[in-house]
Amino acid sequence: MGCVESMNYEIVLKGASFKESREYIRAHFKEFLDVQPGFKILDIPVIGLPPVAVGLEGDFIIFPYTKPCHGTFLLRVEDAEEAARLRALKK
Amino acid sequence: MEGEPAANPATALLVLGCPQVPVQTSIALYLINRLKKAGITPVVAGNKAANTLLVVADPDRHYLGEVMDLDRAVAQIADRKRDFDSCFVFIHNDAGVSYAATMGAISKAKLYGIVYGEHFEEQVKKIEFSCTIIAAKAVHNPLPLKKALDEVKPWAV
Repeated sequence: MGCVESMNYEIVLKGASFKESREYIRAHFKEFLDVQPGFKILDIPVIGLPPVAVGLEGDFIIFPYTKPCHGTFLLRVEDAEEAARLRALKK
Repeated sequence: MEGEPAANPATALLVLGCPQVPVQTSIALYLINRLKKAGITPVVAGNKAANTLLVVADPDRHYLGEVMDLDRAVAQIADRKRDFDSCFVFIHNDAGVSYAATMGAISKAKLYGIVYGEHFEEQVKKIEFSCTIIAAKAVHNPLPLKKALDEVKPWAV
């Protein structure tokens, strides 16, 4: 299982609801894909209501990360290999 | 019956939410007790604070069995390494609904949403997936939620 703390991430959105995070990705990123809850991004299972939107911007992946006490964060993490894998799933 | 292998006992996962609403710990212990009496093995998954509240309250483990980290539980179920017969997700905020939807998507368990808190109706409206809802306005006093749980009797299913 991956660990967010070991990643060099940027917080795009903080304390959002799952709905707000989905809408934010669809509105702000030209490239995105929908995945099911439990789908792994950077070895971390995604939490949320289906469909969960994941944004792509060059080598960056923008995905929701949910904590029980703090709601949903949208994180932006650079990983060329993972971005390519996700991009390939869109086809 | 003697000589026959015992069937695997039924299992239940309790997914704890943020422990900021007091009734969660009380209802979790109550539910664990009812499940155990019914022969169901309960496993608790929560963040460090939610788990510690239970572990400190039950030092001799009269009620608690296995307690695990929530992220690890989600990863194990998503990886198909583990699953449960029933799953109870404690919900009092948006994150709780997200965890319940996730459990519904990754687990084959019968899903129960235990919804409570000051704005419990707001959370109930967000549950658009298949789930048995057990809900009550309960913040400090666990009795309304206990009553709702007793009406459904999920340990008897």
